[in-house]
Amino acid sequence: MSFEKSSFRHPRLAVNDLGLTYRDYEGSLSTLCAGCGHDAISSAVVQACYELAIEPYKVAKMSGIGCSSKSPTYFLNKAHGFNSVHGRMPSVATGANLANRELIYIGMSGDGDSASIGMGQFAHVVRRQLNMLYMVANNGVYGLTKGQLAATADKGTKNKAGELSLFTDIDLCVMALQLGATFVARSFSGDKKQLVPLIKAAISHRGFAFIDIVSPCVTFNNQPTSTRSYDYVHEHIKTAAVVDFVPVKKEITSEVAAGESEDICLHDGSLMRIHKLDKNYQTTNAVQAIVDIEEYKKKGEILTGLFYLDPTASHFHEINNTNDAPLNKLNQDALCPGSRILNGINQSFR
Amino acid sequence: MTNNISSVTPCTAVNDFVVRFANTNGTGSASANNMFAKSILRMGIPVSAKNIFPSNIQGMPTWYEVRINENNYLARRGGKSELVVAMNAQSLKDDIESVQSGGFLLYDSSKQLSDHYFRDDITFLGIPISAICQKEYQDPRQRQLFKNVIYVGALAAFLHIEFDVLKSLVGDQFKGKEKLITPNIYALELGYQYAHNHFSCPLSIRVEHLDLINSRIMVDGNTATGLGAVYGGATVVGWYPITPSTSVIEKFASYCERLRIDPASGKKNYALVQAEDELAAIGIAIGAGWNGARAFTATSGPGISLMSEFLGLAYFAEIPMVLVNVQRAGPSTGMPTRTQQADVLACAYASHGDTKQVLLFPDSPCECFEFSALAFDLADQLQTPVIIMSDLDLGMNDHLSEEFTWDDNKIYNMGKVLSAEQLNDIEKYGRYLDVDDDGICYRTLPGTHPEKGAFFTRGTSRNEYAAYTEKSDDYVQNMTRLNKKFVTASQLVPQAEICQSIPLAKIGLIYFGTSSHPIAESQAQLKEHGLSVDTLRIRAFPFQAQITTFIEAYKEVFVIEQNRDGQMRTLLINELEISPAKLNSIANCDGLPLTSQYIVQGILNTLSNEASNQQVG
Repeated sequence: MSFEKSSFRHPRLAVNDLGLTYRDYEGSLSTLCAGCGHDAISSAVVQACYELAIEPYKVAKMSGIGCSSKSPTYFLNKAHGFNSVHGRMPSVATGANLANRELIYIGMSGDGDSASIGMGQFAHVVRRQLNMLYMVANNGVYGLTKGQLAATADKGTKNKAGELSLFTDIDLCVMALQLGATFVARSFSGDKKQLVPLIKAAISHRGFAFIDIVSPCVTFNNQPTSTRSYDYVHEHIKTAAVVDFVPVKKEITSEVAAGESEDICLHDGSLMRIHKLDKNYQTTNAVQAIVDIEEYKKKGEILTGLFYLDPTASHFHEINNTNDAPLNKLNQDALCPGSRILNGINQSFR
Repeated sequence: MTNNISSVTPCTAVNDFVVRFANTNGTGSASANNMFAKSILRMGIPVSAKNIFPSNIQGMPTWYEVRINENNYLARRGGKSELVVAMNAQSLKDDIESVQSGGFLLYDSSKQLSDHYFRDDITFLGIPISAICQKEYQDPRQRQLFKNVIYVGALAAFLHIEFDVLKSLVGDQFKGKEKLITPNIYALELGYQYAHNHFSCPLSIRVEHLDLINSRIMVDGNTATGLGAVYGGATVVGWYPITPSTSVIEKFASYCERLRIDPASGKKNYALVQAEDELAAIGIAIGAGWNGARAFTATSGPGISLMSEFLGLAYFAEIPMVLVNVQRAGPSTGMPTRTQQADVLACAYASHGDTKQVLLFPDSPCECFEFSALAFDLADQLQTPVIIMSDLDLGMNDHLSEEFTWDDNKIYNMGKVLSAEQLNDIEKYGRYLDVDDDGICYRTLPGTHPEKGAFFTRGTSRNEYAAYTEKSDDYVQNMTRLNKKFVTASQLVPQAEICQSIPLAKIGLIYFGTSSHPIAESQAQLKEHGLSVDTLRIRAFPFQAQITTFIEAYKEVFVIEQNRDGQMRTLLINELEISPAKLNSIANCDGLPLTSQYIVQGILNTLSNEASNQQVG
């Protein structure tokens, strides 16, 4: 369900480099529950795209099925969206990306969509190094079917109905790191200061960027027994490294408390500035990142921030050596070999 | 046992007989057998070849059946063969059984055949093939490979195949690997000379040069389908390997490597992804179709079941894409290397809910090429999946076919896609507004216009402006419009091919795809029984009114197909509201290509049953 928002604009709203206001990046009114973490993610996407001055219509919003997958309706109204089938967003996003490499692909999925029914597709889109931002809104439950445990729920926690999570939880960041994702981060929908720069950095990253976003379900998983409730996450969150995205010729000051910082130059000359809250933390070692995630987890803490970044990453089209022009814009002359060549082919079958 | 003389008069045939090769898979026999079939083609004689192979890579029995027929009756003939080349000890007993009385058996006589294999009504042509190879070659691999070439050489002597034809074939086959030409020709000579020196050649079955091929080509359907996709402008392919569809993609890829490289940059004008499963394969095609690229996938059997959910999405969300279904014998894993036409219903109504899919039924490699290219136009015009219904026999066996043709003036029909300029002229765009009253609405592609035309594509119900809705009226309106689109589709898809005599015959035959191969031969045989028939070949679904008219014009109508349940008959009854009593079913489900014998017997049995029922009545 979606409703149009009022089109009223304050005449003196601030504009970005394209002359667009924040509201030009919004979507329809959300129909998710009041206080849903997913709405905070939508709003972070809006802010990130506004600040990056991305043309909204150059974005394709891809999703599967579930509360998380409804979210793309609530940001970037001027972008096309595709709400596909449950767990299959990665393959549809792959096809879309192969057809037109010029758009920005933002995938929005959930814990059921990616860690259960779509586990295979998730693993393989990581492996294929598709140039996209893949977000999982992770709340540990199935919201749209009223609160069943998800495969990302911590072992030993209980859902609202009191059902115990009996089996080992799946950590999608660990999987992404193991499968070769070139940008891996975890964040919290309640921490916009951390989330917005991560989304900006992930969109600017050329290659597969994954952000697992802890996004509490206020209706079905916000009770004291949950390890995905607002209270629990606030109390147990730890941040290793956060990023700022610094566009070409522009300096921004980070709001993050100063630790060690390191600049990584991206393909287009812009910078990814990494602030390390723990000065020994490295963002260039995927294996170490897996160890850190697991160690914090043992202590009952949720490690967030940027886990891994490979600024020299390549993506599917570079590996495939696809034409720089989008395949969906090639004309018939480039595609059809014509009758003369066909005559030669006929000859080979005589 | 020594070479014997048959007690029965050896059969006599010129340009009309069947040679069956019995081999072990993985021994390199395929290219030698193919050389044999092609030598008949180059002598201007109509020929077909059927590979009957196991789902296995090495060590199991495999057969290759070559039918030579100057009347162009090129379906599998069935029954026993005039000549069997028995190279597999595992299947030897059965292979000897498969020789027609009066026929010939070519076998490796390096070891003496045990007496219990003996038949006194056939001629044994023993050639010590292994012994010759043992003597001539040191390398064990050569000893194996040249066995095959030696028997082809011997067959040239036995059947009167022009040796120069074989020599030129070897030259073509090893173009670029010239070092291999001389040893192959030498091996052909070894077989040819041995046969000449030890037997009276040629035999009473033999070939004679004709000029009946004209511009025709000999090729398998999957090659044609893959090539058709290149000509049709396909750029994005997701796929998952499955027999018998795999070679559609392999051929597409190999033609693309030659024909689809951007000359300026050396980069690819296509993208091919071997996906993790069939679900992802079709998901990739749908994502690309949504984004305006021509995209396809190919699959068989189980892949169709797996793709069904996505087919429902593409039907309901109205996404163009092409699916090639090279059918094999089901259900489940079924007989993965045997042919059937058993996915008719699964594809026509693929996915849950009320769905109808557009199907094309090619019957020859030429039509595989034509329909494959056409499917992309139809998918774009109709904004829906188009499924090409090939089968294992058509896809993987070589068939004599009309040559491929392409009209250079033809322009791809991309359907109703709005440009930024067109969007500027529209006051309020609605993705599902039926502006032209044909059920087909205007779509927009992502990234087209900064302000207008964006919408959310979804598998949930929506109103004309693509907004999610659960209002019954909106839902019903949308479903009714999709049905209207299907009626429009019936006018755009290839029309049925109808042959009627004047006055009309009493019997009408309806068939499609490879079930058409034995039809001409069946007609000739029925004529001998005093029965004349008219024919209709279905080439697409949705059906056209002319099919109803045809059915109504005959007292007896037979629907001929290759499955157990008469699926096409069911589809006709369901879609055209034909009375079931009106349609007789001739359905063969043994997994082997259909024979005229099966059809004729089926028709005669039905007619005689009816006659006796009437008498009883």
